Amino acid sequence: MGVEIGLLQQRLAPPDYDVLSGRDMPVVRLPPARLLNAVTLLKNEFHFDLFLDVTAVDWLPRQPRFEVVYHFYSTRHFGRIRLKTAVTEGDPTVDSLVSLYGSAGYMERECHDMYGIAFRGNPDLRPILLYEGFVGHPLRKDYPKLKEQPLVPYRK
Amino acid sequence: MNTKSPEFELPNPVRPAFDATGHDDHVIVNIGPSHPATHGTVQIIAELDGERVVRTDVHCGYLHRGFEKECESHTWHNLIPYVDRLNYVSALINDFAYCEAVETLAGVAITPRCRHLRTLLSEYSRIVDHLTCVAAGLMELGAMTAFLYLVMIRDYMYEHIADLTGARVTYTYGRIGGLARDLPDGWLARLEAILDQYEMFVGRVHGLMDRNRIFIDRMRNVGVISTADAIHWGYTGVILRSTGVPRDLRRDTPYLAYADLDFEVPVGINGDNYDRYYVRMREMDESVHMIRQLMDSLPAGPISVDDHRFTLPEKHLVYTEIESLINHFKLVMDGPQVPAGDAYAAHESPNGELGFYIVSTGSGIPAKVHVRAPSFVHMGGVHRMLDGYQLADIVPTFGSINMIGGECDR
Amino acid sequence: MARTPIPIQPAGTKTAAFEYLTTKKDELVGWARKFSLFPYPFVTACCAMEFMAVSSSPYDTDRFGAALPRFSPRQADLLMVVGTVTHKQAPVLYKVYEQMCEPKWVMAFGVCATSGGFYQNYAAVQGIDKIIPVDVYVPGCPPRPETVIDGIMQLQDKIARSRHPIMTKDF
Repeated sequence: MGVEIGLLQQRLAPPDYDVLSGRDMPVVRLPPARLLNAVTLLKNEFHFDLFLDVTAVDWLPRQPRFEVVYHFYSTRHFGRIRLKTAVTEGDPTVDSLVSLYGSAGYMERECHDMYGIAFRGNPDLRPILLYEGFVGHPLRKDYPKLKEQPLVPYRK
Repeated sequence: MNTKSPEFELPNPVRPAFDATGHDDHVIVNIGPSHPATHGTVQIIAELDGERVVRTDVHCGYLHRGFEKECESHTWHNLIPYVDRLNYVSALINDFAYCEAVETLAGVAITPRCRHLRTLLSEYSRIVDHLTCVAAGLMELGAMTAFLYLVMIRDYMYEHIADLTGARVTYTYGRIGGLARDLPDGWLARLEAILDQYEMFVGRVHGLMDRNRIFIDRMRNVGVISTADAIHWGYTGVILRSTGVPRDLRRDTPYLAYADLDFEVPVGINGDNYDRYYVRMREMDESVHMIRQLMDSLPAGPISVDDHRFTLPEKHLVYTEIESLINHFKLVMDGPQVPAGDAYAAHESPNGELGFYIVSTGSGIPAKVHVRAPSFVHMGGVHRMLDGYQLADIVPTFGSINMIGGECDR
Repeated sequence: MARTPIPIQPAGTKTAAFEYLTTKKDELVGWARKFSLFPYPFVTACCAMEFMAVSSSPYDTDRFGAALPRFSPRQADLLMVVGTVTHKQAPVLYKVYEQMCEPKWVMAFGVCATSGGFYQNYAAVQGIDKIIPVDVYVPGCPPRPETVIDGIMQLQDKIARSRHPIMTKDF
């Protein structure tokens, strides 16, 4: 069950990729430019056909500030894998996975809404959990939790 | 107060994907977000050709309550009530999945009794969730009687869980390293009585629905999705199983006590609404079978692991020993210190794969708690099941997906 | 021989007889209105589970005349805001409230509708009374069905006590 970490390390070799055996699943660290390549490989060769999740972690004040984290699952060999890629605040752009997985559409929209990560190639990055007119990205560490942006003016 | 126009212009919180139809005869209709048949609050903007739906644009997010932002300002224990209110129809499963993620990160192993009880209560929550989904779906088709039968059993289960946890709907019962309290006396006997009544009521619903011509006409071959489409759009859980593939985390990558249990994974034939209804009914029966096995094999022992980093000490010790007092104080004020790192734990919730991805920087407050919500991912692909069918089919199809607003919008 | 002038009542003051009749009319109209509430369940979140429970047996709201939900605001008179209202949802709530005709009452069902609950952040409205006027607040997260029934009964008392002008100056 799962995928051999040795095989992964062979196909995703350094210096671009860094494959570790994490606490709960293999973890691959890679630069943003290698993302689409790696995911295509994982989908076609290693049969990771179910795209579970994309999210980001804000490591303010560390640089690079954001770490975009992907999770995949295989319905064939029941293995899991985590991909991590770091992007900076100045250019928080990664490639979109909509060409490979349909479920990437909504999840990338949410990540964009919450953190401001731009997904190059996703045709629809409208706000999904937030509303039109909301300024800012609330899950960033510098967005104050209590700052509300009401749409309807308060009574009295 | 009169119905005069407001002094301000009401803004539209969403931007639709299309606001002009491609064809003169087509009409754009807005369904929701305040609508009886959208479970919770979801807006569907549909382009219609007569009664046929040409394309839909689904807008969720009307219940976005800032769960992840809240989690970043509470301790690991204090955020368990927020976790409950994600999938609020099966709240215990959220508790246990979150606790398992933290326990993985912290390297804590739960006791055998806790493992069994968590499994039993997860299956109990699964029954409650499926009852709610099927009942609401049937009510929207007009079958009030079936709704009332199923909600009556659900009410017995709510009262029963309230005996154990103190609340009917959202419990805050899971703890990192264990559970809040042990079973009261007579709880298992009452459980047996409820399961017998459940079988009687569900038998009646089967008799009313399964071979009902109207029900079959409305649900068969409506909202069909193929296996390839389902995996491409990220479907897991009942919807994936209704297409014919027996993918179930409890069987494929067993967690808790599922490896010791004997159960089947029901699958559908077609991937349509009728299959999803029937898979849910069969899964409830399998859950009852699992609960009976667990009741017979419940081991004795402590509920929570005896680890001072996470478990609150006994009250009588807190009042008499200084070490326990300090331990209690630190756990409550600073929160349990979870070692730095990240972890992902997934459970098979009634909707699909419910995953928690947590990131810790070593303190008592999380750096990030992210939920991989099955309902949210399913909304991305729901247009595949709505387009091409009739306007009246939107209601049962949407009901069979079991979109829970708290989980979808977080 | 000076006589004490008889005070003539200015036009528009009400006599005691008139007051008695209007009080009785208010009681009658109040009785009729309180036992035929048509709720509009503006359902958003977890409180919906308790709303379903309170509408079914054994906690039936039909006993109070408040059984039939009307899913059109034009036909409803009790707006039950069940669950958290977020800022994205606020224009929708306001619009639904404005579309309801007089007389109308609002029940804030659950702590999230009453005060924002424990969601104190950028997304949730901290109490729907910031947007629309509320008549009865039902606390609980979610409230037990008995609490909801208590809320309905208190609303019924409020309706029975209040004045029901049949003709207003705008009508």
